[in-house]
Amino acid sequence: MSSTTNPSTQHTSTIGAIGAPSRRNTELALLVFAVVIPVFAYANVGLALDDQVPAGLLSYGIGLGLMAGVGHLAVRKFAPYADPLLLPIATLLNGIGLVAIWRLDQSERLQASRTFVEAAPRQLMYSALGVALFVAVLFFLKDHRVLQRYTYISMAGALVLLLLPLVPGLGHNVFGARIWIKIPGLGTLQPGEFAKIVLAVFFAGYLMVKRDALALASRRFMGLYLPRGRDLGPIIVVWIISILILVFETDLGTSLLFFGMFVIMLYVATERTSWIVFGLLMSAAGAVGVASFEPHIQTRVQAWLDPMREFELSRAGVQDGIVHSEQAMQALWAFGSGGTLGTGWGQGNSDLIGFAANSDFILATFGEEIGLAGVMALILLYALIVERGVRTALAARDPFGKLLAIGLSGAFALQVFVVAGGVMGLIPLTGMTMPFLAYGGSSVIANWALIGILLRISDTARRPAPAPAANPDAEMTQVVRP
Amino acid sequence: MSELTLTVMRLGFLAVLWLFVIVAVQVIRSDLFGTRVTQRGSRRESGRAQQAARQAPPPQRQQTGGGRRGRNTPTKLVVTEGTLTGTTVALQGQTITLGRAHDSTIVLDDDYASSRHARIYPDRDGQWIVEDLGSTNGTYLDRTRLTTPTPISLGAPIRIGKTVIELRK
Repeated sequence: MSSTTNPSTQHTSTIGAIGAPSRRNTELALLVFAVVIPVFAYANVGLALDDQVPAGLLSYGIGLGLMAGVGHLAVRKFAPYADPLLLPIATLLNGIGLVAIWRLDQSERLQASRTFVEAAPRQLMYSALGVALFVAVLFFLKDHRVLQRYTYISMAGALVLLLLPLVPGLGHNVFGARIWIKIPGLGTLQPGEFAKIVLAVFFAGYLMVKRDALALASRRFMGLYLPRGRDLGPIIVVWIISILILVFETDLGTSLLFFGMFVIMLYVATERTSWIVFGLLMSAAGAVGVASFEPHIQTRVQAWLDPMREFELSRAGVQDGIVHSEQAMQALWAFGSGGTLGTGWGQGNSDLIGFAANSDFILATFGEEIGLAGVMALILLYALIVERGVRTALAARDPFGKLLAIGLSGAFALQVFVVAGGVMGLIPLTGMTMPFLAYGGSSVIANWALIGILLRISDTARRPAPAPAANPDAEMTQVVRP
Repeated sequence: MSELTLTVMRLGFLAVLWLFVIVAVQVIRSDLFGTRVTQRGSRRESGRAQQAARQAPPPQRQQTGGGRRGRNTPTKLVVTEGTLTGTTVALQGQTITLGRAHDSTIVLDDDYASSRHARIYPDRDGQWIVEDLGSTNGTYLDRTRLTTPTPISLGAPIRIGKTVIELRK
């Protein structure tokens, strides 16, 4: 801590950075709390369904506790000054998600379906892999600025990841959206989830270099800064790529996520509101344009505008070349029957949603079983993760770290908005997963890596400043130029 | 399982979930960091003893200073602008040096200040004087650049680079 007054003089005041304490013990206490809550919920589900505490309670609790413990020790060892909230909140969300997935596994209606597999054990394994990747990020990434060197490699990597699902033989079409790849013997993977992180690295590195050109070279027109034509290049390229994703992979969510992330980072880098206006106009134009000819998107828009009609058409078995979906309406009913306080764990009927009840529509299960009060708490927990990310960006001293933290937390926020908004009927439904809550290996693994990178940046940002230069006399005085 | 137990568990779960959120927000509240100005002696270690020491000097000063102290005698120097804003130094008849050099009384963290920029000292009558020590960018009293040692009146701003200090009662 730098004492800026001479220590020999008494009665002066000192100015120093408040040594952000390491807060690791706070984190540990919160982690214990974050493990206890899901265990409580797990016992609750068992008691509600079978009148007994589920047999797997101990192993489940130990599993989650081990994950949390390993994560905590890694943070203590490799990022001692990192933010104390990110890890506990992620653990809590992951734990509650596991409970909800396990609860849906117990549903007889779902067990009767052809495609049923026990999802909870797999999700537990994916979560463990996620925590392993989290530890690996903290271990190998000693300084996030290293990532800056790989700006253009990340761009290439992200493009490859995004294009993989389109490769014939590798790509895997699941109910209209081509966002999976099939790895023989290993299962399926959603490369888009990883592309999110890699792309954030590229945008951060790119915008850090180009921000001045994008911010300063502009004309003022009607209160907006209009960028020069040639500076529009990058945003147009990203826009075209996200439109291409929309057309070829027919996935509105991924496309919105990437374009939105770029616009957020562009806005933060240049401080120009005009980019947001441009971004909104371009994404609106793109979405409307593509929706006018792409049937898969049209179904989604239809289900959004009039879910009841879609439900009835689907029930009546109308065959008019368009896939009618009951799910949007069913999700709304689940929220409705949950009410304010919910029906209680294990006592809802959200399993009626059937396919994707534990992935895309998992929020509907929460809406029914823990009600509005519970869903609000979950959304607040997401908001806290995003808030800690933004706070990390504010505290970071290097522009690359700032942009990366903003990009990652912005992408996280957008993803939560796109999924929650879709399930609740605010925007057309997209095929994305609720981070940490929903069933899906790629999603949970990628989001643990994301939290790892945020913790690394926040560790660098909150680390107490090194001691001041040994000999300040040697510094040159700057001269005021008249 | 009885209806009552399940209702209690249902509400209990919501309660602990919200409790977690509230605790998390409390952690954020206590997680402020950044720059802070600490009054030495009042808040720092052994506050009592330091406070006592702080109150002790005045009588001493009265004796050593020769007792010629008018109503308008400044008792402290306050930094009002710049990175050190809020810093105060008690005036006890000692010379106060200002500059970037680490042995100055007030170490200025200011790129426009020289290592040994100025000094403030009392003359024989107890009038406080400011003198520029040949600094690069000069010392200003109000708007005028100092060329000779100049008496300071109460509340007159002394400007050094981005830092402004003044004497107060």
